[in-house]
Amino acid sequence: MQGTRFSLAIFAAVAALTLAGCGEEKKPEPAVAAAPPPPPPLVVKLGHVGPLTGGIAHLGKDNENGARLAVDEANAKGLTLGGKKVKLELVTEDDQADPKVGTTVAQKLVDAKVVGVIGHLNSGVSIPASAIYNQAAIPMISGSSTNPQLTEQGFKNVFRVVGRDDQQGPAIASYLASEVKPKTVAVIDDATAYGEGLANEVEKTLKAAGIKVLPREKGTDKTTDFMAILTKLKGKKPNAVFYGGMDATGGPLLKQARELGIKAVFAFGDGACTDKMKELAGDAAEGLLCSQAGLPVQAANKKFLDAYKAKFNVEPILYAPFTYDAANLIIAAMKKADSPDPAKYLPELAKISYEGASGKIEFDDKGDRKDAEMTIFTMKGGKIEPIAIIKSGKTIKFEDFLKTAEAAAPAAPAPEAPKAAAEPVKAAEPAKK
Amino acid sequence: MDIFLQQIINGLTLGSVYAIVALGYTMVYGIIQLINFAHGELVMIGAMVAFSVINALAGTHLPPVLIVFIGILAAIPVCMLVGYAMERIAYRPLRSAPRLAPLITAIGISIILQHLALLVWSRNPLAFPQIIPFVTFPIGGAIISGVQIAIILTSVLMMGALTFMVYRTKLGIAMRATSQNPLVAGLMGIDIDRIISFTFIVGAALAAVAGVMVGTYYGIAHYGMGSLLGMKAFSAAVLGGIGNLAGAMLGGILLGIVEALGAGYIGDLTNNVFGSNYQDVFAFMVLIGVLVFRPSGLLGERVGDRA
Amino acid sequence: MNIFAKILTKARSKWVGVALIALALIALPFALAAAGTAWVRIANLAILFAFLALGLNIVVGFAGLLDLGYIAFYGVGAYVYALLASPHFNLHLPFWVILPIGALVACVFGVLLGAPTLKLRGDYLAIVTLGFGEIVRIFLNNLSRPFNLTNGPQGISRIDPFSFGAFDFSRNETIAGLAFSGPIKYYYLLLALLLLAIVVNLRLQHSRIGRAWEAIREDEIAARAMGINTTRIKLLAFAMGASFGGVAGGMFAAIQGFISPESFVLVESVMVLSMVVLGGMGNVWGVVLGAVLLTFVPELLRDWVQPVQQSLFGKTIIEPEVIRMLLFGLALVLMMLFRPAGLLPSAIRKRELTKQK
Repeated sequence: MQGTRFSLAIFAAVAALTLAGCGEEKKPEPAVAAAPPPPPPLVVKLGHVGPLTGGIAHLGKDNENGARLAVDEANAKGLTLGGKKVKLELVTEDDQADPKVGTTVAQKLVDAKVVGVIGHLNSGVSIPASAIYNQAAIPMISGSSTNPQLTEQGFKNVFRVVGRDDQQGPAIASYLASEVKPKTVAVIDDATAYGEGLANEVEKTLKAAGIKVLPREKGTDKTTDFMAILTKLKGKKPNAVFYGGMDATGGPLLKQARELGIKAVFAFGDGACTDKMKELAGDAAEGLLCSQAGLPVQAANKKFLDAYKAKFNVEPILYAPFTYDAANLIIAAMKKADSPDPAKYLPELAKISYEGASGKIEFDDKGDRKDAEMTIFTMKGGKIEPIAIIKSGKTIKFEDFLKTAEAAAPAAPAPEAPKAAAEPVKAAEPAKK
Repeated sequence: MDIFLQQIINGLTLGSVYAIVALGYTMVYGIIQLINFAHGELVMIGAMVAFSVINALAGTHLPPVLIVFIGILAAIPVCMLVGYAMERIAYRPLRSAPRLAPLITAIGISIILQHLALLVWSRNPLAFPQIIPFVTFPIGGAIISGVQIAIILTSVLMMGALTFMVYRTKLGIAMRATSQNPLVAGLMGIDIDRIISFTFIVGAALAAVAGVMVGTYYGIAHYGMGSLLGMKAFSAAVLGGIGNLAGAMLGGILLGIVEALGAGYIGDLTNNVFGSNYQDVFAFMVLIGVLVFRPSGLLGERVGDRA
Repeated sequence: MNIFAKILTKARSKWVGVALIALALIALPFALAAAGTAWVRIANLAILFAFLALGLNIVVGFAGLLDLGYIAFYGVGAYVYALLASPHFNLHLPFWVILPIGALVACVFGVLLGAPTLKLRGDYLAIVTLGFGEIVRIFLNNLSRPFNLTNGPQGISRIDPFSFGAFDFSRNETIAGLAFSGPIKYYYLLLALLLLAIVVNLRLQHSRIGRAWEAIREDEIAARAMGINTTRIKLLAFAMGASFGGVAGGMFAAIQGFISPESFVLVESVMVLSMVVLGGMGNVWGVVLGAVLLTFVPELLRDWVQPVQQSLFGKTIIEPEVIRMLLFGLALVLMMLFRPAGLLPSAIRKRELTKQK
């Protein structure tokens, strides 16, 4: 314990010095006009938090990259707030996708005096952590938490740029209803907050469309044996099956279903909307349907895609465009308010209208994104490909969507890089086959 | 009817795997009265090693059955080694300690093995490469796949071999003697330590094969697959009467069928108040029920309250 | 006269020591807050786990019954609190009403589990309790239909924090020039509850019941022969341990504000067990030490291990979470092998666990 105390004391000292340093910079510096080096810029900290270790660390890293890109771009361009040069700094924390760890690291971000938080990834972590940011009056924008409860808490500082489960669920369900036209649908979930939440929304929409939904079947997030459930379903002969869960369980489910001779159409949520399905289910994965909240990565703003690839040397995986937008939203709101003070820029953030990598962003009263787009994918030749975009309840074929996007692209406000904006959106390539 | 038959086939396949794993528990328990909590992790290690080898060989043009066979052959010695080390390091020094001590180390070993496997193979599940063509045979309105037949046959074969070894060979006689009374067995010239190590090694080999079977069946293996499987297999061993070889086999197959029928029919029977979401509960209910009402299990003669 | 003075000085030096420790404990959250309020939160978790470990200590340490499903009682307590103090059923009872209810409900669960299984001993009991823990979790996860009792895997959010009238434990405020953040206020409350738990544990240990537990642990048959009603006494251990778990669960729910079944998995049971084993089964102070160590060390590791690996290898090879789990596993194995009576062994337990036949 001695050692612990001691290191804590050092901590305290370092923290105190840092704070003192920040305080000094804020003071006006009248006398040293003659000194040639410009005053050091005011450091403004933004927080990013998501799982950087654990089962979905790759998604957490993807999110972090998105936010980092936005911060670096803003720094390169130069940011001046309230007449002072500002340097943004991204403070990152690892919440391990665990609610208990989530609240601790949320507190660490508050302690570090960040002015805004991008995160968390999982809804189960975002919800308890949001209370801590709320108390510290720090805005948080999640780029990937889809559980409706997050923004139903009445916190004024909580936003998300991704669609909610009750937007994604209806999207895939209405696509199923209109394109596959099933009489009976079986709904299965993995008994997690994510899987069950999504499955509930799908069931609601299907029932509203007058489609018969079989009693819910459930596995767990570790289940690999779906034989008993599937055999039971086989006897009930559904035309389509929806599974709310991740690819690690969705793959075996699909494989076993085909092995049992079930011919129904299989549909999944974004957790199982990955190329990994091909690896886990083999040829059985061909032709599956799945949905992702928001526009597909391929349809994200070309400028973002290029910059991301140039900087990190990898393709963005899933939510990077959203965290990129989240960080840019905070920066844009700070610019409008001309202040990094959360109390001043929060009202600007709430009423912002912003053209981001994932499309146009405006928030409603709860902090949810207005009119969030959903994308439907199918598995073709071992790769998932977008086939339709769903916006405001309307289904638009992906090719048509790209055409309108191309037409709109030059008008998109990206004034600092007109060249990039003028180029047609490259994502058309895979869709053209 | 064909759905019912299909569920029985599913249950039989799953039950065969449980039976093989349960044999490992029952042998170790029979000989040193220890619940080897880490036994399930041996199943996991077996599956992971075999999958690594099979994935590495998938690109070659060897016949698929040979590739799987090589995978099993690679998994068995690794599991044997881990099983042996486990006994030497964590259980042998505590053989005369109070009951609680080896039980606690067993839990510790289980956690350590799981996370070492995580370090070696990462968290991402390994997928079984598509090398075996999928074939099915119709039987009375239901279908049975080639893999299912292979699993059932292999487990029958292994049960036979194990029974032969325990009842017809010298080593088997030594094992039974040790389990009856280690002190007297020692006096009769049996090397108790060696016999106990040997029991662990045989159990580990069985676990390795079970791991490959279950992995191939579902096409997926990951670092956390062992614990629940182990728990269920243990329940199967208790159901049959722990310490009793035939009991473990019977218990395993019964539990497999109970799970399949339970998940398949409980929803319809209870008007969907309960459903397949309680699938994992059945094994534990069986376990608690048996221990409370018939601690000796179906075929066992041991009593449940030995300290 | 001389002897009198000696006793007085001895007593005084003891009291000086106690006073110093008390002062340190009172000042601690402010020292921690200087390093970051996050550390106060971690201290609160340590106290919570110490409380929980003390409950398990009654079952495992005093009575010698290995309970691997202990987290179920913690979960039951947490859900009782969440259901009675959240918008889920629109109930908002004060915490001093709910905590006893939570203790009582957990106690009933303890008896429900204990009554049929206590004739089993040792390893069988361990595995039955493990199964029981899983069953409770699966039910918590699935009781959202047909009637929505637990809200299933979605969990329950917006749980009320502890409050006395207008005094809300989660709010920041300044009293007498000192900044009391929410976590600091919780710290004092938790510390008070922990002290109470320690006193109860110590009193129990040396009571008739405590000695009866000890007798059962050492030799059940002999204990029965001495006229101890073993079933009843063992059931009492289960019930008391469970009540502790229930109270700890209620505190957890209030501090977190959100709970879901994934917080009550088997690994958590093993973690609490590791704390008890590391500190020394049956030793109250050892158990508290074990809980504090196993909460703080992984947190410190998180801050040091990753940067060190990053600078050495350029990437993280062993994740802190994996190190944490390996620590738990190693604590269980190494303690049993080399120091079976724990870091701070209790005298009797030491004799028992190191005896050779």
